[in-house]
Amino acid sequence: MEYLIGIQGPDFVLVAADNVAASSIIQMKHDYDKMFKLSEKILLLCVGEAGDTVQFAEYIQKNVQLYKMRNGYELSPAAAANFTRKNLADYLRSRTPYHVNLLLAGYDEADGPGLYYMDYLSALAKAPFAAHGYGLNRRFILNLPSFNVRLIDREGIHDLEKLTLGAK
Amino acid sequence: MPSQDSMEPTFSLPIGLPLSSSHSVPLPFPMSHGTTTLAFIFQGGVLAAADTRSSCSGLVACPAAQKILPIHSHLVGTTSGTSADCALWKRILARELRLYQLRHGRRLSTGGAAKLLSHMLQPFKGTELCVAATLCGWDGGEMDDNQMTDVENSASLNLEKAKTQCLSTAVGGQQCFGRERSGPSLYYVCSDGTRLKGTLFSVGSGSPYAYSVLDQGVQWGLTVQEAVSIAREAVFRATYRDAYSGNCVDLYHITSKGWTRRNREDLKEEYYREKERQSGDSQRIMVKDFKGKAFRRMGGEFTAHSLALCRKVQSKSLQLGVKGVDCQSTSRY
Repeated sequence: MEYLIGIQGPDFVLVAADNVAASSIIQMKHDYDKMFKLSEKILLLCVGEAGDTVQFAEYIQKNVQLYKMRNGYELSPAAAANFTRKNLADYLRSRTPYHVNLLLAGYDEADGPGLYYMDYLSALAKAPFAAHGYGLNRRFILNLPSFNVRLIDREGIHDLEKLTLGAK
Repeated sequence: MPSQDSMEPTFSLPIGLPLSSSHSVPLPFPMSHGTTTLAFIFQGGVLAAADTRSSCSGLVACPAAQKILPIHSHLVGTTSGTSADCALWKRILARELRLYQLRHGRRLSTGGAAKLLSHMLQPFKGTELCVAATLCGWDGGEMDDNQMTDVENSASLNLEKAKTQCLSTAVGGQQCFGRERSGPSLYYVCSDGTRLKGTLFSVGSGSPYAYSVLDQGVQWGLTVQEAVSIAREAVFRATYRDAYSGNCVDLYHITSKGWTRRNREDLKEEYYREKERQSGDSQRIMVKDFKGKAFRRMGGEFTAHSLALCRKVQSKSLQLGVKGVDCQSTSRY
């Protein structure tokens, strides 16, 4: 089970994601980072089907960076979220849908902090707190020993101390 | 397509949406790749090991298959999944890497090769294609000093020009040539799209058993001998328990000078050596004198032999008048 969580504060957004990259019943990596940096103040957290997550998240990441190169300024978090949702929706209605669940967290100069929840059916909701767990009941429940935690505020993205639950 | 999760929508989703796994037929057990392959990084480079049993619906199709395929002088890939798919895609990858090397004048890094393989396999996601490979290589930086040919010489001059151009037009987020780190590197690539960078991977039906040995013993500071023996032990343990792994073990060692292959070793020998050790351990005879101290211990090959020896010792001691001699055969057979 993979896990993402985001909490929006008055002037920051706090996000955490687990560190497990699993293949069936085996944990292949204990220190896998599920957060993708879209720009200086936007993070995309992505879980779901094995190859789709990285493929889709990197596609969005490169496109957001391309926008900055072309236009000289960055996409706002709201615009990036809507762009992501549109892509997800377009692919959903094609022969190759992406099965990914996303959280997009960002800080905008004008609007302040924002947390956007998106799921694989391309639903989009701006929420004060949100979480994703991969919860099909056929899945084995895997222990999640550690979480990456990051904070986004006016100054940008800060890495906080990793959460390690239980004995290492 | 009906599904069992209550959260699923009622309209049918397109066939290309694999919700829980990429196989349309349920598997009898989670690991479908009938093999044991492993690779890890240590101070002496990268070590890759694999068994050599190729199985096909419950019988051994080939006891001497080759599951570690060299791709180029500094890159080796272990294969797991469908043998034919793996062999084909390794060849395609080798071709693409060679083309890249000719066009750009340098070898593509292991991470780049993994990305290339992952992208080439992506259109086949959701089909029966099954390739799970670990790419083990040594990234040597831009130029390989030992093997410069004329083609590469001229290509490398172009590279220098391109590098300066690239640096002058650098914009935030753009990556330039010189950022590769040189050294050992290890990537796991799977046909379901997974691409992971790591220091220790084991793939296949025997991988849980191999992981148990590797997680215990692999550290950065191993010598080459120690690493080889750990890898061999891990494959042996996996073949001991897993029906789909067996026969021999192949070991490849990749350093800055390229890959070297050790002779293929038959694990049957290892199995019999261990059996002998076990039988030797369990047949010890303890002979104590009347004060209760053991003064002789003997190992013996056969239970019957050791028992006979026991009786002989006892009778002899009676003859000599030594009292309180206790002779036990602790054989567990």
